[in-house]
Amino acid sequence: MKRVVVNEKWCLGCHLCEYNCAFANSGLKDMAKALKGKPLFPRIRVLDGGDGITFAVSCRHCTDPICVRSCISGALAFRDGAVTIDKERCVGCFTCILVCPYGAISRDADGAVQKCELCLKNGTGAPACVRGCPNGALTYEE
Amino acid sequence: MADLFIYPEFEVVRNKDRCIACRVCERQCSNGVHSYDEECGVMVSDEARCVDCQRCVSLCPTRALKIVKSDCTFRENANWQADTIKEIYKQANSGGVLLSSMGNPKPLPVYWDRILINASQVTNPSIDPLREPMETRVFLGKKPRAIERGEDGKLKDNLTPQLELSMPVMFSAMSYGSISYNAHKSLAEAASRLGIYYNTGEGGLHEDFYVYGPNTVVQVASGRFGVHADYLDAGAAIEIKMGQGAKPGIGGHLPGTKIVGDVSRTRMIPEGSDAISPAPHHDIYSIEDLRQLVYSLKEATQYKKPVIVKVAAVHNIAAIASGIARSGADIIAIDGFRGGTGAAPTRIRDNVGIPIELALAACDTRLREEGIRNDVSLVVGGSIRSASDVVKAIALGADACYIATAALLALGCHLCRTCQTGLCNWGIATQRPELVKRLNPELGAERLYNLMTAWRHEIMELLGGMGINSIETLRGNRLMLRGVNMTEKELEILGISHAGE
Repeated sequence: MKRVVVNEKWCLGCHLCEYNCAFANSGLKDMAKALKGKPLFPRIRVLDGGDGITFAVSCRHCTDPICVRSCISGALAFRDGAVTIDKERCVGCFTCILVCPYGAISRDADGAVQKCELCLKNGTGAPACVRGCPNGALTYEE
Repeated sequence: MADLFIYPEFEVVRNKDRCIACRVCERQCSNGVHSYDEECGVMVSDEARCVDCQRCVSLCPTRALKIVKSDCTFRENANWQADTIKEIYKQANSGGVLLSSMGNPKPLPVYWDRILINASQVTNPSIDPLREPMETRVFLGKKPRAIERGEDGKLKDNLTPQLELSMPVMFSAMSYGSISYNAHKSLAEAASRLGIYYNTGEGGLHEDFYVYGPNTVVQVASGRFGVHADYLDAGAAIEIKMGQGAKPGIGGHLPGTKIVGDVSRTRMIPEGSDAISPAPHHDIYSIEDLRQLVYSLKEATQYKKPVIVKVAAVHNIAAIASGIARSGADIIAIDGFRGGTGAAPTRIRDNVGIPIELALAACDTRLREEGIRNDVSLVVGGSIRSASDVVKAIALGADACYIATAALLALGCHLCRTCQTGLCNWGIATQRPELVKRLNPELGAERLYNLMTAWRHEIMELLGGMGINSIETLRGNRLMLRGVNMTEKELEILGISHAGE
């Protein structure tokens, strides 16, 4: 199964991946309409490690995901090599957010949790963060 | 001191409906043009700092930005034009020599655009390069005057060292220091994948790049920076740089701020010291002196590598080329007046030297007349912009072309011509680590590879159209060219007929 691979060596800290992620998952056709003047809920986050090092973090899609095991409502599941979420079943207990060692799960605008699902559900094809990365710091690899 | 007399050259136009205040422009601008006004929640800009490098425009995810030339005007004056007036203000303010980067931007004639290429119709068949073999390979170096056979009747190998190029284009000299580690790595990697050569320039060869030695031309220039035995041994050829098209007659100056870390080690000079290349080579005041350096370098490398002598195209270039051919050099590289640079005095860049098209034709003609054309290969540079420029250059008599500005464009350069500031937002002409990392050499090499592959296809199409299936057949074949919009004298120097003749 393909994963979003992060190479901090080439990360510019431009944060474009965050905006491309939020846009891809907005379901809207226009980025300005989707994101202008609204709080941003990206599923990938650029962190500053100091010393000029920045890197993006999104779900690693662990093979034995602790978030799935911790989910009390069965909203999180490991399917076809990816950790996916069924928002209808999420009760917003945020246990997954607490247990994820990468901090890759966050709250969405409606109070459920959101996480990277490799753009498999939003119809954009390859992950939007990877396609929009200007310097090849994010790649989509087996 | 900021110059109050000069109104900013560019305006930053931000479409407020589209701007989502993601602040990518702010993070990407090393000149500090963009900033975020927390109170009003909007992006603002200080256009006085803008150099029009287009980095923010390229990365803005909503296409909310554009940079336009300011229409703030002085009273119109055909003699005292805006640029001239501003230059006076700048010098009155600073008291210094004006500096510029990249090639001559003045509207002087581009002869390539006045030369047209022939094609086959009816009486001779054109060739389809997709269906028939087409040779774009060239060999650079001295060619023997005659075939010699031994007593056993077998061919004697009397061939001196040659450079084999898969297509008649090489990346010309840009030093590590003037451009970044990642830019150099992109060029080296692309040259190696393409089967062509890149050139170290006068900055030495970074130890990481010795692996690219078989595709590297190592340069020896007047400052001799970074030159040592291993360096000479590492390259496939050695280039003696006598001059550069952008600044004929003067040396180089890499400011101490760029001589940091590995750049200082590679150049073998202390950190922070200015790297000043003298205007002349102090051991070369004649062709005889040049011959001594050519043979010293050949001796030092056991006569295994061809030696290139690079000169700027100046008034007596044909006589100079003749001298170089007699100095023992294997290849002459001529750099025209539109050639680029990381920094040159503006007056020199814009007023010294001659167009490469005329210089090339004059040199090729002169070397043929003197019967020494086979003793050297001719490589020309100084604004070769496309595959058709390459084809025209070959037909005028070149063996291959040098490209540098085109290669930098492929890497992202937008010709803002402020390399001298060291703040290149594209990670090319800078040594600041946070800017250098903006050029991922894997992507850079890929783009260069793509560009050259595209040119190679176009060269084959153009050759095929003329009914020619090999670059070698086109070389010096000036019958394939016609001129338009030129005087009798220009046509005479180029050795071509007018269109319709």
